[in-house]
Amino acid sequence: MAVSVTNSRLIYEALKACDVKIISALPETWLVHLIRMADEDPEMTLVRIAKEEEAIGISAGAYLAGVNSALLMQNHGFLAAINPIVSLALLYKIPLVMLISYRGHMGEKDPWQTQGGLATEPILHALNIPIWHLTGTADIYQRLKDAQVLAHAALHPVAVLLPRELMWED
Amino acid sequence: MLRSDALQTIYPNLEQHIVVTIMGAVAVELFTLGHRHNFFYLEHAMGLASSMGLGIALAMPNQKVIVLDGDGSLLMNLGTLSTMARYKPGNLLHIVFDNESLLSVGGFPTATATGTDLAGIARASGIPCVIEADTPESLKASVSEALASNVLTTIISKVEAVGPKSFHMDLPLLENRFQFKRALEKMRQ
Repeated sequence: MAVSVTNSRLIYEALKACDVKIISALPETWLVHLIRMADEDPEMTLVRIAKEEEAIGISAGAYLAGVNSALLMQNHGFLAAINPIVSLALLYKIPLVMLISYRGHMGEKDPWQTQGGLATEPILHALNIPIWHLTGTADIYQRLKDAQVLAHAALHPVAVLLPRELMWED
Repeated sequence: MLRSDALQTIYPNLEQHIVVTIMGAVAVELFTLGHRHNFFYLEHAMGLASSMGLGIALAMPNQKVIVLDGDGSLLMNLGTLSTMARYKPGNLLHIVFDNESLLSVGGFPTATATGTDLAGIARASGIPCVIEADTPESLKASVSEALASNVLTTIISKVEAVGPKSFHMDLPLLENRFQFKRALEKMRQ
């Protein structure tokens, strides 16, 4: 049982192909390989934050400065960042590409993840944030690219949910 | 020191650079001194002006970025000091006007009124240069020094809890946002 290095690599390469230059992240088990890959990549600026709220500000700043960014966060980190998503990204029409590890969904064994899992999609829907579920490996690049394109066309955040079947190898 | 006097004194140091302010009195006072397209007033999302400044500073390493923060906002996002200190962008200058008060929402005292020391927190967070400047002259000298030094600097300036009569700014926030993005595009060229 481990986090999938292979699929983390596919996601990371897709972010690179989307010309992402700044990644903000707060460590979480499913994201360890993605964060390590960003840290080891001299072409990537990895910003390790103290709380996910900061990441909304950092990505908004990068966007206004003309640089593509992505946010790596657990769904509980997304929940921690709701106010800046509303009062910065939505208020100011700032695109965000949020890659959210979808803890607490089907197959979750950790009881402490389950309430966040149950709340994630209803809250994304309530904020009118479009969702991709990255369930398969065949179309990771296309889905990330499409998410980025929509975010920039709509000037709106988008969510790419990273589910258990992609991130975890039993 | 009055924040409006402080801003007037440092305005010539700010006008050519990218400036991000928090909402409330500091935004109105800077706007009143003279709006420029390279000024962005974050009219909500309290605490995140410094995070936005960090994002811009990392994305545009050849430009100076100045954040005008306040005690109430900084206390809502103290983690920003540790994040800025971790990456130490030398092109970022973080100025905190500490009026020990949440002035625009009734003037209730913040924790700096009861002894919390923002300069001490900034130093302990690892910000490489922390300066306390409580007169317009010392603030101007500190700003000039910081902009010339290429060292990440936080300046804490105690100011009186006095603000403008009105918080109205004749600038819709989306107009400011699109102006600012275009101004940054020009500065990249």
